[in-house]
Amino acid sequence: MELIVEILVSFFLVIAGIFGLVGSFGMIKLKDTMQRLHAPTKATTLGIGGVLIASMLYFSLVKGAFSFHELLITLFLFLTAAITANFIAKTYMVRNVTRDELPETGRRIGWSIFDDPPETPPSKE
Amino acid sequence: MIYATLAFAMGCFGIGLLLNLWRIMRGPDLADRILALDTMVINVIALLILYGIYGGTAIYYEAAMLIAMVGFVSTVAYCRFVLRGDIIE
Repeated sequence: MELIVEILVSFFLVIAGIFGLVGSFGMIKLKDTMQRLHAPTKATTLGIGGVLIASMLYFSLVKGAFSFHELLITLFLFLTAAITANFIAKTYMVRNVTRDELPETGRRIGWSIFDDPPETPPSKE
Repeated sequence: MIYATLAFAMGCFGIGLLLNLWRIMRGPDLADRILALDTMVINVIALLILYGIYGGTAIYYEAAMLIAMVGFVSTVAYCRFVLRGDIIE
């Protein structure tokens, strides 16, 4: 039993380490900024997820103290990763893409990176 | 066996931090630097939790949680500053 728990925790730790390294290696390997946006998602989901699962298993099965802290961190990171990626992509666009290169939005309001938000919401038109 | 794999995982995330530092140094765009800083925060969270397992204490979860929140807020604040020239309008 002891050996099975150790193998399980070690498995998740190795998976987490490999994916964390892959996520950071992608930062120097990929050529373009928008491509590089893809790499750290591996470190966020599988890297951190593996570390947290290993930590949960270790503390509940070896130390005998079960806790939900790790799930909170996972939930928070999963929620914020999308917002962070969206903001970084917008930052890249506002500095490197001109208004002519983008297609029309087909609505009253243009692209959010160039136009101010409208006074009234679009549904009230 | 757990301690050997802990050392392996810590080494992986430590090398990841160095690779992110290289990307922060090289750039070339500001978005790359913000992205590399955000990835550094992710790596530091993983390192903190690994150190918590290594020490056998649960005290580092709070630190990891706080760093996750501060990292998210700082990334969004930096991006908003570049986007709008102001953080809270």
